Amino acid sequence: MQGNLGTRIAQIIPTLLLVSVLVFCLQQLMPGDPAMVLAGEERGDPQVLAQIRAELWLDRSLPVQYFHWMGNVLRGDLGYSWRTRQPVSALIATKLPVTLQLGTMAFVFAVAIGVPAGIVAAVQRNKFWDYLANAIGLAGLSTPTFWLGIMMILLISVDLGWLPPSGYVPLTEDWRQSLATTIMPAFVLGNAIAAILMRHTRAAMLTALDQDYVRTARAKGLSESSVILRHALRNALIPVVTLGALELGTLLSGAVLTEQVFSIPGFGKMIVDAVFNRDYPVVQGVVLVTAFLYVMLNLLADILYVVINPRLRGS
Amino acid sequence: MLRRLLLALCLLATLPAAGHAQTLRIALREDADLLDPTLARTYVGRIVFAGLCDKLFDLNEKLEIVPQLATGYEWADPVTLVIHLRQGVTFHDGEILDAAAVKYTFERALTLPGSFRRSEISSLDHVEIVDAATVKIVLKSPSSPFLSQLTDRAGMILPPKATEAAGKDFAQHPVCSGPFKFVERVAQDRVVLDRFPGYWDAANIHFDRVIYQPMPESSVLLANLRSGTIDLAERVLPTDVAQVKDDPKLRIVTSPALGYEAITFNLGNGDRAKTPIGQNKLLRQAFEAAIDRQAVVDVVFNGMYKPNAQAVSPASPFYIESMPPPPRDLAKAKALIKQSGVPTPIVVQMNVPNTPDRAQEAEVIQAMAQEAGFDVKINLIEFAASLQAATRGEFEAYLIGWSGRADPDGNMFAFLTTGAGQNDGHYSNAVVDAALTDARKSIDLAGRRAHYETALHQLRDDLPLIYLESPVNIVGMSARLTGFRPVPDGMIRLQGLAVAK
Repeated sequence: MQGNLGTRIAQIIPTLLLVSVLVFCLQQLMPGDPAMVLAGEERGDPQVLAQIRAELWLDRSLPVQYFHWMGNVLRGDLGYSWRTRQPVSALIATKLPVTLQLGTMAFVFAVAIGVPAGIVAAVQRNKFWDYLANAIGLAGLSTPTFWLGIMMILLISVDLGWLPPSGYVPLTEDWRQSLATTIMPAFVLGNAIAAILMRHTRAAMLTALDQDYVRTARAKGLSESSVILRHALRNALIPVVTLGALELGTLLSGAVLTEQVFSIPGFGKMIVDAVFNRDYPVVQGVVLVTAFLYVMLNLLADILYVVINPRLRGS
Repeated sequence: MLRRLLLALCLLATLPAAGHAQTLRIALREDADLLDPTLARTYVGRIVFAGLCDKLFDLNEKLEIVPQLATGYEWADPVTLVIHLRQGVTFHDGEILDAAAVKYTFERALTLPGSFRRSEISSLDHVEIVDAATVKIVLKSPSSPFLSQLTDRAGMILPPKATEAAGKDFAQHPVCSGPFKFVERVAQDRVVLDRFPGYWDAANIHFDRVIYQPMPESSVLLANLRSGTIDLAERVLPTDVAQVKDDPKLRIVTSPALGYEAITFNLGNGDRAKTPIGQNKLLRQAFEAAIDRQAVVDVVFNGMYKPNAQAVSPASPFYIESMPPPPRDLAKAKALIKQSGVPTPIVVQMNVPNTPDRAQEAEVIQAMAQEAGFDVKINLIEFAASLQAATRGEFEAYLIGWSGRADPDGNMFAFLTTGAGQNDGHYSNAVVDAALTDARKSIDLAGRRAHYETALHQLRDDLPLIYLESPVNIVGMSARLTGFRPVPDGMIRLQGLAVAK
């Protein structure tokens, strides 16, 4: 096991290097000259453009640019935003907690809605509640985040005036305002995942409920709730948990849209703005940090698997 | 039950939200760039500066140049401008604003690496300090647009000590002399400014704090405006105006903008210029005759923009009234095509930045031009990519706008003279070059107008650009706000702005 873990850790560095090369090259494929974007309305002045290119090393060859950037990254310097001159590491440090809060809340929503709905649908198989849960699940899956977000803003913020339509307040500053600004986006973001979780919970529960041990539990005279929750659900949850972990990726990409709709200054919004502004250091920094988080989460999942399933320990 | 629970949750969460009566929240359509007047480039950045940094001069509603940090000026001769400074003005850090600060600011603009003001004040030769409250600006050659540059970022005076001390980081903590001082900036989220108690015109400032929030998505902006989360929004879309007007809590204020929307043709920039429409002015004239500008404005811009065939807005004193936009004339268009001898359909590839309004505008033009015999192929591309394509000559026609400048020179010289920086189509005409250069040197209004009229006659014949319409600044705001001054430059001046009692 330790050797296995060692291999996994050793794989992290080449993976991240590969990601860094990929993101660097992909950016070069994007049409649009960053110097021209930065020059804004002064783009017509060749002197201005030359000055920007020289300052940002854009007049050097690609490998030189890459190694210059990578060298700084290895020293812990992710560079600074071309547009605002703020250090990329500082930008990431302020944006990451925002998206983590949004993502966590969305995941809580998804689990709180998806798992119970899946259980009810399985227990009430082919009855009214099953159909209803399926219909809602299908609707959740097929509703575009963008549309749902705008509709909720119009209904809850504009017409009813219950919640602020957009923006963000950090938890540490004012937890109530923070919740007020993140409830709606978290719900929108969690909605699609709730639907996926519901459908998988239902399927897994149906399989579990057909198993012999459930029949045995019932034969022993256990209460129905005990049979469903303690016996069937615990077993059904294993694939659901795996799926939930995979859906964390969906969560991060969904955050891009949700943050745009609700004007939340998080990771997703930062990368979208950076791409449009051709703010390469920000794009590179964000992608690299995201890749690092992913790799670490994967590693954590691998370790947890071994912890949960003793049969894997020998391999 | 669920509804009640949700309501309770929402109410609990919003409890402390009410009661910031003295804070003004302004929505911007983009995030500002560097908050350093010498290095800044964006339009929205200028809106933030309107709260942060006073300028030597300002513009009024009639586009006249009025004093701000200056009290007056005179031309000692055609290349010597004497500016008298307002006395008793201090910067946010307490430093005194005097002639030395003015000299420092201009020299910084000319020498700082990355300065975007250098090209704006390139005619400046040197600055002399006459006394603490008087500076003499000596130009290399006469330049009538120079003064109007001082109504914008080039005229924002910086404190020498604080600016030097901050060095490259000045933009992170800008210090100026405007009505509000910098507090904090969270990228993509907000710029917060607090009232500067030492402001020279403090009696005209009625808010304690102003927060600028970028909201690029128009539906989000509208929702925020309607829910009262923001007090004022710049550049509301024409198509959203009806919704704002329907809301009794809101109102719309408009002013003619300084910019234009136009189709630029590639006449000589690389191989893509070698198209019938790029080489034959009769076809460009036919293309123009096929366009119904009023219909474009009605369909795409809700009837709010003004059809125009000139580079300056109808509100400008340099607008030539005798040359209004011609009406659509399909028969003329067809006759011109026939005269050119080019067989129809004539294919025109048009690059269009992929914003909804521009895409729609392109489609309307496509339909109109088709009736005359043009086959317009719309190439929707992302904005940054479209700019690069334009500079490289990778276009035949390009539907694009310009935010505009108070002085007509800013709308024409760089776009129309031979070899100029933004002359993407590489148009070149000796008459236009001479007229626009002479207009720069001429100081009196009538003389300058005559030069612009000469240029316009030539431009109407050559049509390197087909000007389509002049936009309108549309500001949506809470109906309780009073004292807003709609100046054509679109800036949000905080002086006089207040909440009605």
